Amino acid sequence: MAEIVLDKVSKKYPDGALAVSEVDITIADGEFIILVGPSGCGKSTTLNMVAGLEDISSGELRIDGKRVNEKAPKDRDIAMVFQSYALYPHMSVRENMAFPLRLAKVDDKTVRAKVEEAAKILDLTAHLDRKPANLSGGQRQRVAMGRAIVRNPKAFLMDEPLSNLDAKLRGQMRTSVSKIQKQLGTTTLYVTHDQTEAMTLGDRVVVLRGGYVQQIGSPQFLYDNPANLFVAGFIGSPSMNFVPATLENNELRSALGTTPLTDRVRQLVEKASAPRDVIVGVRPEHFEDAALVEAGQKAGGTTFTAHIDVLESMGSEKFAHFTVEGEAATAQELAELAADSGSADVPGAESQIVARLSAESTAAENAGLEVWYDADKIKLFDPSNGKNLTYED
Amino acid sequence: MAMGTVTTGRKSRWGLVDIIVLVFALVPVLWVVSLSFKTKATLTDGNFIPQEWTWQNYADIFQTSEFVLSLVNSIGIAIISTVIAVVLGTMAAYAIARLDFPGKQVLVGLSLLIAMFPQVSLVTPLFNIERNLGLFDTWPGLILPYITFALPLSIYTLSAFFREIPWELEKAAKMDGATPAQAFRKVIAPLAAPGVFTTAILVFIFCWNDFLFAISLTSTTASRTVPAALSFFTGSSQFEDPTGQVSAAAVVITIPIIVFVLFFQRRIVAGLTSGAVKG
Repeated sequence: MAEIVLDKVSKKYPDGALAVSEVDITIADGEFIILVGPSGCGKSTTLNMVAGLEDISSGELRIDGKRVNEKAPKDRDIAMVFQSYALYPHMSVRENMAFPLRLAKVDDKTVRAKVEEAAKILDLTAHLDRKPANLSGGQRQRVAMGRAIVRNPKAFLMDEPLSNLDAKLRGQMRTSVSKIQKQLGTTTLYVTHDQTEAMTLGDRVVVLRGGYVQQIGSPQFLYDNPANLFVAGFIGSPSMNFVPATLENNELRSALGTTPLTDRVRQLVEKASAPRDVIVGVRPEHFEDAALVEAGQKAGGTTFTAHIDVLESMGSEKFAHFTVEGEAATAQELAELAADSGSADVPGAESQIVARLSAESTAAENAGLEVWYDADKIKLFDPSNGKNLTYED
Repeated sequence: MAMGTVTTGRKSRWGLVDIIVLVFALVPVLWVVSLSFKTKATLTDGNFIPQEWTWQNYADIFQTSEFVLSLVNSIGIAIISTVIAVVLGTMAAYAIARLDFPGKQVLVGLSLLIAMFPQVSLVTPLFNIERNLGLFDTWPGLILPYITFALPLSIYTLSAFFREIPWELEKAAKMDGATPAQAFRKVIAPLAAPGVFTTAILVFIFCWNDFLFAISLTSTTASRTVPAALSFFTGSSQFEDPTGQVSAAAVVITIPIIVFVLFFQRRIVAGLTSGAVKG
C-alpha cells in the first residue's frame, strides 16, 4: 500500500515522438485511479512507466515519497495484470500464482497458505492443478489477478484486464475487480478503453489525449463538468450531441432552435468571455418528448421539431436518432473522437443527434416529433480550443 | 450414405498415396538393410529377403579399426558442432526476435547468404586455408565449417520459435520480481525448449550426414567421419566385393539418427505455449 506520485512525467521516444507529456497525478494510498482515453493517447505508456517496463524520459515517479525512476520493476514491489493475462503456460495455476512468492524466496508453507487464500477469494480452488491452456477466458483472467494479489504489493497496475472477455463476463468481472480492490485496499492504477469501466470502477478518472492530461476528477464530476469538448465527447454513452451555434443578445441560435440563456449559463459565459460562434453540447437524457413535459417545466427549455430516423426502444427508455439541418459541429477534438469510435467512417454520423426519451413517448420512426430540451443543462464550447465555456469549479 | 462412400473413397485414395510415398522412400533403405545381412555368395542373387542370414558383415566392420575410429570421429564432431551451433544460435535468435539493434537486417541477410552459398565452391579454398593453418585433418578442421553452415539453419529455426513466445510473458516475469536472467531461465527457456531440440536434431543430422567436407578436409582416421570412411572401404583384395560391409556400415550410422529423433521427439510438443495469452 502506497501513495504514487507522477511529477511531470514524460516519455519521448528516440525518434522524437512524444508519447506522454508532463503528466501530474497524485494517487492517494488505497485509491482506485482509472486512466482512460482513445488508442494511442499514452495511457498504456504511462502505466508501463509506473511499472518500470519503460524508461521515464523526464520527470519523477515517487512511490511512498521515494524516487523510483531508476529502479528495476522487481524492486518497485508493484504487481501488474496484463491485457493478454500473460500466464506461464508451462506452469499449473498454483505454480503461476506462487511464482512471485518463489522468486521472493518465501518459505513453502507460507506460499501454500497465500496461494490457497488467493484462490479462495477468486474462486479458483478447484482449478489449482490445471494448466492455463485448460481454463476458460474468465478463469485465466482470475489467475492473472491471483498472481498479482498473492504477494500484497504496494500497488496494482491493470492494463485493460477485461477487454478480452465477452460482454456478460466483463460485467461480472468488473464487479469482482471492484470488490477485491475494496477488500484489499490496495492502490490501483487501471487502464481502460471502455468508458463504462471508467465510470463505474474508479474513485477518480484521468482522461488522456495525445499524451496530455485533459482532466482529472471523480466520474460524476467529469460527466457533469467536462473541461473541454474532448472529455465531454469521450465520457458518456451514448455520447453528448454537438451542434454549432451562435451567441447573440443572450440568445443561443442553433439547428435546435433559439434558446434564451438561463441566468446560470449567462453568468458562466460572461465570465469565460465567450466568442460569438460556439458549439452547444446536449446530453441525450436532457432531451424529452415535448408532449410529456409539464407546462411549468417547459418554460425552462426549448422545443423544436425533429424528424426521427431510427427509434430504439430499450423498454425502460427510447433512443431517438435524428439529424438536424445545417452544418455539423467541427473541431479538432470531435474529429479525433470520431476517428477513435469509428464513426468517421459512417457517412452522416457527425450530424446525427441521439435523444433519450421516456418509454411513454409516442415517437415513431419516419415521423415528426416535437422535442424539448433543458436549456439549463446545455454546455457551450469554444470551437477554436475546445474549452468548456460553462465550466464550473 | 453418400457421405460414407465419399469418406471411404477419400481415405483409400490418401492411403494409396501414402503407400506410394512410403515404398518410394523405404525400399532403398530396406534394400541396404537386406544387403547387409546377406552372405558374400548371395549378395548378387537379387532377392529382396536374404536366402542366408549372416551377422558377418557387422562383425567385420567392427573388427576394422578404421570404422570404429571414424564412428568415434563422427559422434564427437557432430555433437560438438551441434552444441556450439545451437548455443550460439539461441543467443543470436533471441536477439533477432526480441531486440532492435543496428545491423539486425544485415545479420539476418548475411546468415541467409551463407545458407544459400554453394558449399562445393568453398572446398578448394578451405582445403588450402586449413593446410596452411594446420587445421587440415583435425577435429576443429571439420567442426568450424560445420558450425558455419549450421548456424544460419539454427538461427532461422530458433528465431521463428522465439517470435512465438509472447513478449508479455517476459514482462510479467519482471513484474513478478524476476531478474532478466531468472526470467530467461524460468520462463523463456522452458518454452523455447521444443524449438531448441528441433534445431538440435536438424543441425545434428546436417553434421552427421555431411560427405563433401568430410572427404575433402580429412586424410586419415584422425578425423575422417563415417560417410567419408565408407568410401574408402575395400575388400581385403581387389577381387573381393565390399558391398556387404558398406551396407552394414550404412545401417550402423543410421541408428544414431533414429535414436536421436526418437529420444527428442517426446520433447517436441506442439502447442506448448497455448494458454499463455488469449487468442
